[in-house]
Amino acid sequence: ATPDPKITELQPWATGFGEGVDATPYGMPIEFEDHVIRRNVEWLTADTISSINFTPIHALDGTITPQGCAFERHHSGAIELRKEDYRLMINGLVDRPLVFSYWDLERLPREQHVYFCECAANSGMEWAGAQLNGAQFTHGMIHNMEYTGVPLRTLLQEAGLEAAGDLEDKWIYVEGHDASSNGRSIPMSKAMDDVLVAFKANGEALRKEHGYPVRLVVPGWEGNMWVKWLRRVEVTDAAVESREETSKYTDVLEDGTARKWTWEMDAKSVITSPSPQAPIQHGPGPLVITGLAWSGHGAITRVDVSKDGGKTWETARLAQPGDPKAVARFYLDTTWEGEELLLQSRAIDETGYVQPTKAQLREVRGLNSIYHNNAIQTWHVKTNGEAENVEVS
Amino acid sequence: DRNVTAYPERAALAGPDPMLAERAPEPEPSGGLIAAANAEASGAGAVYGLGREALPQEIAAWDVDIMPDGSGLPEGSGSVRDGEMLFSQNCAVCHGEFAEGVGNWPPLAGGDGTLADEDPVKTIGSYWPYLSTVWDYVHRSMPYGAAQTLSDDEVYAITAYILYSNFLVESDFVLSDENFTEVEMPNADGFIVDDRPETEYVKWRTEPCMENCKDEVEITMRATILDVTPEDEAEAETTEQAAAEPVEAAAPADEGGDGMQIDMALAEEGEGVFRQCKACHMVGEGAQNRVGPQLNDLIGRPMGGIDGFRYSASMEEMGEEGMVWNEETLAEFLVKPRDYVEGTTMSFNGLRSDEDVAAVIEFLKTHQSD
Repeated sequence: ATPDPKITELQPWATGFGEGVDATPYGMPIEFEDHVIRRNVEWLTADTISSINFTPIHALDGTITPQGCAFERHHSGAIELRKEDYRLMINGLVDRPLVFSYWDLERLPREQHVYFCECAANSGMEWAGAQLNGAQFTHGMIHNMEYTGVPLRTLLQEAGLEAAGDLEDKWIYVEGHDASSNGRSIPMSKAMDDVLVAFKANGEALRKEHGYPVRLVVPGWEGNMWVKWLRRVEVTDAAVESREETSKYTDVLEDGTARKWTWEMDAKSVITSPSPQAPIQHGPGPLVITGLAWSGHGAITRVDVSKDGGKTWETARLAQPGDPKAVARFYLDTTWEGEELLLQSRAIDETGYVQPTKAQLREVRGLNSIYHNNAIQTWHVKTNGEAENVEVS
Repeated sequence: DRNVTAYPERAALAGPDPMLAERAPEPEPSGGLIAAANAEASGAGAVYGLGREALPQEIAAWDVDIMPDGSGLPEGSGSVRDGEMLFSQNCAVCHGEFAEGVGNWPPLAGGDGTLADEDPVKTIGSYWPYLSTVWDYVHRSMPYGAAQTLSDDEVYAITAYILYSNFLVESDFVLSDENFTEVEMPNADGFIVDDRPETEYVKWRTEPCMENCKDEVEITMRATILDVTPEDEAEAETTEQAAAEPVEAAAPADEGGDGMQIDMALAEEGEGVFRQCKACHMVGEGAQNRVGPQLNDLIGRPMGGIDGFRYSASMEEMGEEGMVWNEETLAEFLVKPRDYVEGTTMSFNGLRSDEDVAAVIEFLKTHQSD
């Protein structure tokens, strides 16, 4: 064999200097990784101000999504709101309506949790059939971050809930500072449970596109409820039935009636590699099949992988035990002989819920639901290692 | 730096916060006293004593939501006739003169009886269960790009017109806070509360099959046949273009042609401001008419000067009178479009500051071809 000149010849990086410190006071990924970016599907929406883009999940590993490539969803664009201009009002059926400054929030006891945020419309374009060719586009309306913030419960208690009386049938209405305000109603039981008023993600301030300086985190529930630039929490005695919870984010069934208040994100998984944007490029031999699994009902306990379109399944390895309402990473360390594969993954959560097939979902919901498509995804891996989004019988 | 910034004062004692109170009704003369009393009352029961009392004017400014039973509605009224004109001025650019929708923007009318079809048309008339939602949304979030600029009566009128465009009221109908809850939405009973626990979870919480789960597997559909996935090459090109821009921008001088001097720093600022315009206008390579006309080579273009674009009559008249877009006319227009071109179909309310106006014009100057 010929000796490798990358080894036998002196390389410039092995003799000269690299960049000094401070070359990029806030670093960017190295230029060779510049394909790992959010992408949008232009035909989906009329413009980018009220639109969505997708996390490049096919190119990431681990579970934490870097903020810079975590999907964005805006209804009136990402606004720039300084901490100095930030106000959070708690009003409605409370003993003392209050206004908090940003710095007030930092003085309250904080918590830290990793949670996934998934748009209810993730995989929505796949209801009627295989449509978009890439895990980024079929499953990329999700990110998973470590949040730091104050439990909403603390703020509500600070305002006092005696005026609300019995909390069982009470609601909160949350809205943002931006022009859409994106108001949503949330039952009080959830508000008092695990909802966070968050100001840090993955250790640093939220990005503008994720609601800087403060957003709501509603663990396990659809992303639309995670109001960004949170400006107001109102305690009410009924749901407001806002535009975002009536005309949108309701799921039309086959007979034309629609489900509302479908907040939980059911268990779901996808193989991120190999996948259409991450083909097998190494030829036969050892192959790592990997992907993501998550459930709004709790922790992922198991992920099964099929290579033959669902005839037989083997249980994959979870990189770490699943955390409640957070993304888990799974690996199947296997051997590829260069054969065609019909790759599928199937998530199971701590409630025993098993991710359904497309056929199972369609049987209950028909084809017009748009939201909450958590069906099993199939990638057809060809003998040359390329993969395609397909549906199987 | 928050160690050196004064901790925000307990503003309850200092009067309403201007950030919240801008749109609130007149502050009560005794506001200070009431606030002081409230501030005293707070603390009782509060664990940390953080946050300050929200003043009534502040709550009034922000708490504008309308409940399905109509509570929260302000006094007021508006007619279908007034609504038709307002809709044409403020909404039709995206939603169409008859609320039928333009391009990818949502239709607000029609779709009656389609909810069980293959492609349901979900409009206000065919799908929305509550009229309160329409009033609330128009009031708080519309017109797109100029949210919260409509008066209460205007919102009543536009809501009335949307009802009319859905054949739900007659042309002489006047909607008010008094008759609001009498209007019945056709799909009011079309919703059920999430029933997944009964219809799905019970079925799918079972031990899954691991072997011989089906006899045969066939591919029934392929995504590549549709060919609707964004191409990566295109992405790469865009990135390259974006990367190339600063170089272009650094080139001094005369890109605007006609000896036009361009302040590139200002133009760059203008590119940011232009985001507000992008919902309707394209500029740059391949720009086409969308809701608004494309804006390449705008400086020197006669008003209403793009053949085939549907301008307002007044815009066309001004063009016929020989008026041309230049830095002066643009500056005047962009401050308050509807004052400069009465009856313009551009629903945009105007840029907020002279600096923004100057910046946007500078940015547009970078899109002159010679």
